[in-house]
Amino acid sequence: MEKLAWLVPVLPLVAWAVLLLVGRHLPGGGAAVGILAVAIGWVISLAILFGVIGGADPYHVSTEWAPIGAGFDIPLGMTVDGLAAVLMVVVTTISLFVQIYSISYMRGDERYTFFFAKLSLFTAGMLIVVLADNLLLMLFGWEIMGVCSYFLIGHYWEDVANARAAIKAFLTTRVGDLGFMAGILVFAWAARGFEIERIIEGVETGDISSTTVTLGAALLFCGAIGKSGQFPLHTWLPDAMAGPTPVSALIHAATMVAAGVFLVARMYPVFEASGSVLNEIGILASITMLIAALLALVQDDIKRVLAYSTVSQLAYMMGALSVGGYSAGIFHLFTHAFFKALLFLAAGVIIHAVHSNNMSEMGGLARAMPVTFVTFLVGALALAGIAPLAGFWSKDEILTDAWNAGFAGAGEAATSQTVAQIVFVTGMVTAFLTALYVGRMLWLTFGAAYRGQGHPHEADAAMLFPLVVLAVGAALAGFVSLGDNSIATWIQTEHLPAHGPVTLNVGLIVATTAVGLTGLAIGTALYRRGLPEREYLERVPVVWKTLQRKFFLDDLYEQGIVRAVAGALAPATYWFDQRVIDGVVDGAGLGTRRLARGLRYVQSGQVQWYAAALFLGVVGLAVVVTQVIGS
Amino acid sequence: MPLMYPLVFAAFLFSAGVYGVLARRNAVMVLMSIELMLNAVNVNLIAFNAYLRDQLVSGQVFALFVIAVAAAEVGIGLAIVLLIFRNRETVNIDEVDLLRW
Amino acid sequence: MTGQEVAFLILAVIGGLAGLLVVTSRNVVHAALYLVVALSSIAGVYLLLAAPFVAFVQVIIYVGAIVVLILFGIMLTRAPVGRRVLDNTLRARVGAFVIGAGVFVMLTVFLAGAFGGERIANQAATATEALGESLFRNYVLPFEAVSVLLLAALIGAIVLARRD
Repeated sequence: MEKLAWLVPVLPLVAWAVLLLVGRHLPGGGAAVGILAVAIGWVISLAILFGVIGGADPYHVSTEWAPIGAGFDIPLGMTVDGLAAVLMVVVTTISLFVQIYSISYMRGDERYTFFFAKLSLFTAGMLIVVLADNLLLMLFGWEIMGVCSYFLIGHYWEDVANARAAIKAFLTTRVGDLGFMAGILVFAWAARGFEIERIIEGVETGDISSTTVTLGAALLFCGAIGKSGQFPLHTWLPDAMAGPTPVSALIHAATMVAAGVFLVARMYPVFEASGSVLNEIGILASITMLIAALLALVQDDIKRVLAYSTVSQLAYMMGALSVGGYSAGIFHLFTHAFFKALLFLAAGVIIHAVHSNNMSEMGGLARAMPVTFVTFLVGALALAGIAPLAGFWSKDEILTDAWNAGFAGAGEAATSQTVAQIVFVTGMVTAFLTALYVGRMLWLTFGAAYRGQGHPHEADAAMLFPLVVLAVGAALAGFVSLGDNSIATWIQTEHLPAHGPVTLNVGLIVATTAVGLTGLAIGTALYRRGLPEREYLERVPVVWKTLQRKFFLDDLYEQGIVRAVAGALAPATYWFDQRVIDGVVDGAGLGTRRLARGLRYVQSGQVQWYAAALFLGVVGLAVVVTQVIGS
Repeated sequence: MPLMYPLVFAAFLFSAGVYGVLARRNAVMVLMSIELMLNAVNVNLIAFNAYLRDQLVSGQVFALFVIAVAAAEVGIGLAIVLLIFRNRETVNIDEVDLLRW
Repeated sequence: MTGQEVAFLILAVIGGLAGLLVVTSRNVVHAALYLVVALSSIAGVYLLLAAPFVAFVQVIIYVGAIVVLILFGIMLTRAPVGRRVLDNTLRARVGAFVIGAGVFVMLTVFLAGAFGGERIANQAATATEALGESLFRNYVLPFEAVSVLLLAALIGAIVLARRD
């Protein structure tokens, strides 16, 4: 079955092409094509995962795609190991259910077929990243995703704000991508090849110097910062909510943003070899999770709450990876995909029903939309880390790893103890804040009385079915970490052996559960009766203003970077292009015309002109022949 | 006599003819200048014939041919000039530039 | 300086001057008459160079026929008088002078380089009989060709110039 793994990215790619070309004329707008492609991929992915669980060996196949010279070549190959299998299942599952959901959600949209085409292309891109055995191919898939993200966020581009959000997303991730590309070049140069396996071996055997490793790893991480929305490149994620909700669920919750985490996990031996980069990841993750959770507390738009929540949870994953928790990070990715996608899709149902994104216009929906309410509740509690839902297990494992690295002195990670301690502390605080904003979100949306104008009603089966399935996943996914044959075993590689079954630190479990329940309790107490007259934090103007302005980061970027580029660099480049480059082209034309005007006189029609030329030529020739040649 | 004498004389006449062809506007005057050039050529031929003391007297024979051809050429040339004059009321050759761009 | 050379120099000066005046005269008819002088002096030069027959032919055909033809042409085209009408612009004349001078210099230099010190030996005038023999024996083919050429020119001139 592993041999068929290549079909999984290729089928959506084919679906994309088909949908682009003839999708419009197919019945149902061609949605079936996209869904079928992903469904087949889903089945294959599940089969592969079961094979991995059963103890199958990793499968690697590669062929030379294009030789570049100097001993380099661009390979085309795939690695089907446990990590890839887990990600493949995540991506295809979420993609499949999002597409089913979209049948109903996007009904009536004028770009319905194109939407499915974009989703298919995106799925293919992410799967290429997951399966790639070399960094260049991964970059290829990475960029496909970046472009699709742009197209999908800008799906409703008639509204300028949406178009701007799409550009913001694209450009911000592009900044990170520059670092990523530089990192690829550093490693490819050092290891004399693009293959991941080769690079890892080069690092482990010490062929690649430690400075190179640190430099390359830091640069590669830049790409992860951009794509996974870490500080300081996280600003695009909340604005990306301008896209349709299925897009937010697929891309900005479960898959594309997870690509950065996947990158670090895939190249983990490289990162492990560089303690300073791990420290840097840890610090950034701590900052990110904290500010994102704080910002989630003050949002009115339900999708923005979820967006900031995603940023915060991604930081959790990065934090886990920074303290040596390879399997913890991937496990959280796995569970987060389920409950975050669920939350987004459910939010989409709610938004559809009340025709508004703002929680200030919601309320009391528990009675009107019971199924949505229950599934949303499951997802929200999983997010808050309440046992026995999925989020509890993964969050707990992360905090355990951070504790072990920071306080218990397990010391196997290359991270410094201080950083691990910081990660642990911020992790706990963020868990509290997470529970707090989750409680706020739940009560404002479903509790108290309805504050809006419309007539909310439950959604249809096409939208509810994915919700239910994902809710089941969000509830049960946590159990894959238990026992001997756990997810840690699945994703182990020869470079990263599993550490044995998870030992449950009871004290920690109690602490985290307490933190989570406290947060929920406070949230309930504050928002049980619905939206207060003034938000509580508004009472502290400084805090309120800082949070409203998103810690002034957007302003900083706008003034500092965008102004400089758009204001100065862009016009300068434009001038150069118009005057110099076009000038050369125009000049060539003008020059030819002037030359022609001069040469015209050769053909004046006047005999004496011709005669003069004749005699002149004779004299000249005579001189040349005798003087130059004759001598 | 030194060979150079007739040769320089011929060269001078030829150059004068060249000047005339290029500087004159009237077509008939251009024809006259061409005749000058042809005569210069003839002088050259005769001079070399005398210098080389050719058995076949080729230089003089050639000179005769040149004279004959010159006569034919003047006839045709003047016919053309007449035709142009009839059609355009002018014999200024710088006004006859139909083959221009 | 032999008598031959003196005679040649006198004829050359007259002929050269006349030639110069042909191309610079302001009056077309004067130019034609100067042409006569030039052609005649050339005939004299031929005599000095042992080519009496060619000299006679020169006078008969050039002076007698061609110049007359030119005069007829001048008459029929109502040749005007005056520098402005007869000559090209000053710029063109300067250019023409430059080219003419260049040709002269080039010819002189090359010829001097090749035949600088040669002399033409004294010789008897070529007998017309020898000329005739060469013409009708060795060069009979060009002779016939030229006669055909003359026929063609004759017919061509008539066709071109007739009024229909």
